[in-house]
Amino acid sequence: MFTNFDFDVIRRSLAYLFFDGMTFTLTLTSLATFGGIVFGTLLAMMRLSGFWLLSRIAGLYVDLMRSLPLVLVIFWFYFLVPYIGQWLTGASRPIRVGAFASSLVTFTLFEAAYFSEIMRAGIQSISRGQPAAAQALGLTYGQTMRYVVLPQAFRNMLPVLLTQTIVLFQDTSLVYVLSIPDFLGAASKVAQRDGRLVEMYLFAALVYFAISCVASFGVRRLQARLAFAR
Amino acid sequence: MNYHWNWRVFWEPAPSGTGTYLDMLLSGLVLTIETALCAWIIALFFGAVIGVLRTLPSKTAGLIGFAYVEFFRNMPLLVQLFLWYFVLPELLPRASGLWLKQLPHAPFYTAAIGIGLFMSARVAEQTRAGISSLPRGQKLAATALGLTTAQTYRYVLLPMAFRIILPPLTSEFLSTIKNTSVALTIGLIELTAEARAMQEFSFQVFEAFTAATVLYLLINIVVVIVMRFVERGVAVPGYITGK
Repeated sequence: MFTNFDFDVIRRSLAYLFFDGMTFTLTLTSLATFGGIVFGTLLAMMRLSGFWLLSRIAGLYVDLMRSLPLVLVIFWFYFLVPYIGQWLTGASRPIRVGAFASSLVTFTLFEAAYFSEIMRAGIQSISRGQPAAAQALGLTYGQTMRYVVLPQAFRNMLPVLLTQTIVLFQDTSLVYVLSIPDFLGAASKVAQRDGRLVEMYLFAALVYFAISCVASFGVRRLQARLAFAR
Repeated sequence: MNYHWNWRVFWEPAPSGTGTYLDMLLSGLVLTIETALCAWIIALFFGAVIGVLRTLPSKTAGLIGFAYVEFFRNMPLLVQLFLWYFVLPELLPRASGLWLKQLPHAPFYTAAIGIGLFMSARVAEQTRAGISSLPRGQKLAATALGLTTAQTYRYVLLPMAFRIILPPLTSEFLSTIKNTSVALTIGLIELTAEARAMQEFSFQVFEAFTAATVLYLLINIVVVIVMRFVERGVAVPGYITGK
């Protein structure tokens, strides 16, 4: 079964896999998580706000994103972002957007919908007395959110946010459909060049598995610690 | 925006020779639904079995369930599909590997099984949550009545647990439908792939993707409405009222 298994192809491509591929994957994951949480929190605040128009828009956005497959959204933004760029900069033709920028926009906007649902649950988990007390102290809406509600919402939702980040980390592998060399894309390129599909895909699977396992173990420990502190 | 919209493109004949572009998209829609249903059957079956394993008193059963869930949850779906499609036939003995590779509709079977097993880990977690959310007294009462463990699950715990987890199961089913689009990487020509093909043939990018978007939204709406009826139909009076 493993008699003609070629470990050397993995060793030879390690530098490419990790310095190019994994760097792309991890940069995309962290930037998209950051952007997704910021935009997602804004969406959650819009959705919970008293203005029906704002909450309607946020609701529609979240529902739309959550009912579409990520692959389709990746294709959408790949073709749409040049036009948006043209519109924003007032250029005369669609601007050229690099693979990284395009996938960053896609993942930020797509994951924001999922992060917004988490943050909404987090904000709603704060007892109503707290914003009421903040208002009684004379804090504005912005201050109430900034100093009272959001810090606690983040803390309560931290394990769920991190779990979603692990999902996002796994989802970034889908940029493969645009032939972008993320970690899986890099592995696949080497696999096809050297005709070593078995070795490279098994190795890629192992790396994703190890990283996700360690990360979710960490989240579980964090969850246990947070449960005590509360 | 200097993009030339042409909504009539759907009624133009597609170069694939099987009818109009609309027919192309609809055949993709059918394949999406077929794949999702097959995957969902697999996910429900294995998910229920593993979910039950994780709630049994036996330590070994719990460990097997734990390992299963962690295995399928910690790898991207795309990687899992590649493992099933490209790696598995090479690792099998020569004859059966060759048979697998020459199987007609291989992308369809691979997608159904791969997505089914991937989703089964999630279904297992929901099943486990449903069973452990039941009051302890139900299991104790069943034991006191002299039911065996199998009977306890069959007649007491599972009927209740599945009713409780119906709403989260609905959203897992929706994820199954969405996940079928990942299978375009192994050559399954489902809805997203057809939209992409239409974009490549006709250059009408946004019409093609808008149509796919609308079709996905329609599937979602239909599933949500149907499941609402199912939920109402199976609700136990006085126990779970609505959501």
